[in-house]
Amino acid sequence: MSSSAPSAAIPAEIPRHEDLVNERLVAWYFIASLVFLGTSMLAGLHMALQLVHWNPCPDAELLSPGRWRMVHTNAVAYGFLANAFLGMLHWTVPRLTLRPVASSALSYFIFGAWQFVVLSTAAGILIGPSLQDAPWVMELAAKYNISMSLGAQGIEWGETPVWIDPIAQVGLLLVAINFMVPISRARGPMYVTLWYFMAMFVWTFLVYAMGNFMSEYWVGGTSGGAVGGLFIHDLVGLFVTPLGWGMMYYFVPILLQKPIWSHGLSLVGFWGLAFFYPLNGIHHFLYTPIPMFLQYGAVIATIAVEFVVTTVIINFIGTVWGQGKSVYRSLPLRWFYTGMIFYFLTCLQCALQVTLTFQKLIHFTDWVVGHAHLVMFGVFSLWLFGVMTYLFPRLIGRDWWSPQLCEWHYWLSTAGVLVMAFDLTLAGIFQGYYWASLQMWDVSVDGSMPFWITRVFAGLAMLGGFVCFVWNLVMTYRTAPAKGAVAAV
Amino acid sequence: MFESKAGILWIGGIGFFALAFLSNALVPVLMYRDLPEQTAEEVVNARVMYQFEDLSRRYPEAFQAAFGEPTEEKCAEALRLGRQVYIGEGCWHCHSQFVRPVSNESRRFGDVAKTEEFQNELQRPVMFGTRRVGPDLSREGGRRGNDWHVVHFFEPKSVSDGSPMPNYPWLFDGDPEKPNRRGIALITYVQWLGSWLPSYPYYEEIEADRE
Repeated sequence: MSSSAPSAAIPAEIPRHEDLVNERLVAWYFIASLVFLGTSMLAGLHMALQLVHWNPCPDAELLSPGRWRMVHTNAVAYGFLANAFLGMLHWTVPRLTLRPVASSALSYFIFGAWQFVVLSTAAGILIGPSLQDAPWVMELAAKYNISMSLGAQGIEWGETPVWIDPIAQVGLLLVAINFMVPISRARGPMYVTLWYFMAMFVWTFLVYAMGNFMSEYWVGGTSGGAVGGLFIHDLVGLFVTPLGWGMMYYFVPILLQKPIWSHGLSLVGFWGLAFFYPLNGIHHFLYTPIPMFLQYGAVIATIAVEFVVTTVIINFIGTVWGQGKSVYRSLPLRWFYTGMIFYFLTCLQCALQVTLTFQKLIHFTDWVVGHAHLVMFGVFSLWLFGVMTYLFPRLIGRDWWSPQLCEWHYWLSTAGVLVMAFDLTLAGIFQGYYWASLQMWDVSVDGSMPFWITRVFAGLAMLGGFVCFVWNLVMTYRTAPAKGAVAAV
Repeated sequence: MFESKAGILWIGGIGFFALAFLSNALVPVLMYRDLPEQTAEEVVNARVMYQFEDLSRRYPEAFQAAFGEPTEEKCAEALRLGRQVYIGEGCWHCHSQFVRPVSNESRRFGDVAKTEEFQNELQRPVMFGTRRVGPDLSREGGRRGNDWHVVHFFEPKSVSDGSPMPNYPWLFDGDPEKPNRRGIALITYVQWLGSWLPSYPYYEEIEADRE
């Protein structure tokens, strides 16, 4: 944290860590996130089994793979990533600003409210469609002259049913208030991490409102598609990405015990992302009736993002330069740098796949699914696993029960996602050529089968890694606390 | 400016977001403002009515219980509910609804998608889709009979060998011959897709060639 708070900004006496960070809440957030990650992985597995004709219960309405596929993505975005990031924010923001969050009571309220949002999203997606033509629902609809969808909302990554959206929107506002108070009170220059977090609080609120309300109530059709594209993209680019990179700018220098290599590159990375990332949205819908000049604009902005990303990666390689062995020795650092390699790969892939030439072939194929897993699991989940591997011993005051299991978690997750991404990328190329060459549709399905089967096992490896982690966590918790609790650096 | 709170909040947080919103969202909205959004009632046409009436004749008891008489108002109601089922069951995550001008898609599926087709209530939020595990559905209407659809929704593998599509028995009362309200609505919705085109596309000539 040496670079974060120059001496002028430090109050006369540095507050004690215990007065800044509510460790119990951080731990609760992490545990909630792991519960939802487990749910999401099982949901993904269920969909994967359906594709290879191994669905164990094909006629159960509440276990319909179509509904669980939406639980899969939503549980990852709002259950796992959002919860884990909130836990991380409760650790980093007070330590960077040397001030606690606005209100501890508000923190607990947000924690409860957010679990309510995630659980009711899952309940709505799973049960909502079954109630759609129930007599009492139809009676209500007729009485108040509303035609409301109780199940998923038709917006990708925004399937949160429409009746939950306002609650989530208020929740995001409260989150922003809770963390912006300490940030705004802090004096002196702000560290890079806080740039990302501050912008993220504004962006996430705006992005959620735009995607969930605008494309539901005001703008439909082709222009609604443009808004939807912006939403999908901004959710990754303006919510998950700034949190992820802000987190890296905080934890990597701490673990390496040295400042970030280049402040100039940090500036380029942040402002480049802030400018170019929001302009990318329409690249999700190339060759649609959305005006072509807007599609070209999105393609160019996307390629620009990849250059920005390269500067960020260079900055982090510069930081670790000369200390390469620490990446091997320290498991959290290994998680971080593995995620960064995947980040570079996924962005390189993105610069290629966003071109119209690639889009012809790979749009609508499994290539995109592979890409999504490489980003969401290969990068952000790996980073969060690294943070949890580092923080859990400090939060529960004892060392990991089994470092061996931590290693298993790392290797199974990394190998699993690598195989899955490679497998699905390749599947996408095959599917694209089957379609373009006007083969019968069944040929593309039969041809996908080996890839889909491989995907099931890659997913099982990732799930296995997760089980190792949870098992290790439970056993760590059950061991007696270490005499000198692990100190927070 | 580039490291100050005000700079980050106003330029990065709000300014750049607004710039992207104006250029990427507001521009298409303004470009298409002369294409008003049609209601579900306005998009009911003779072809989808034919299918709706066909459903009422084939499954009279089920249809009577679900929608009563096959009027145009009831058809619009079925389209709205059918679209909600389409979304709620996640159909749109494995089927797209737009035909691209590349990769021989117009030969496989029919006419390339046009903006006008999407300017209606049933395309808000738009159902472009994201993945094609199964084929595009935007020209599916009229391609197959209602008798095929009931069997297919009940158990896809029984008519489409090797299909990875899940079964939807809860759209029926225990038997493919007894579609319930949601089932009839979903079939009406699927039969509506593409029914607005001047003529039914010449479907999959490749399929015909092979047979």
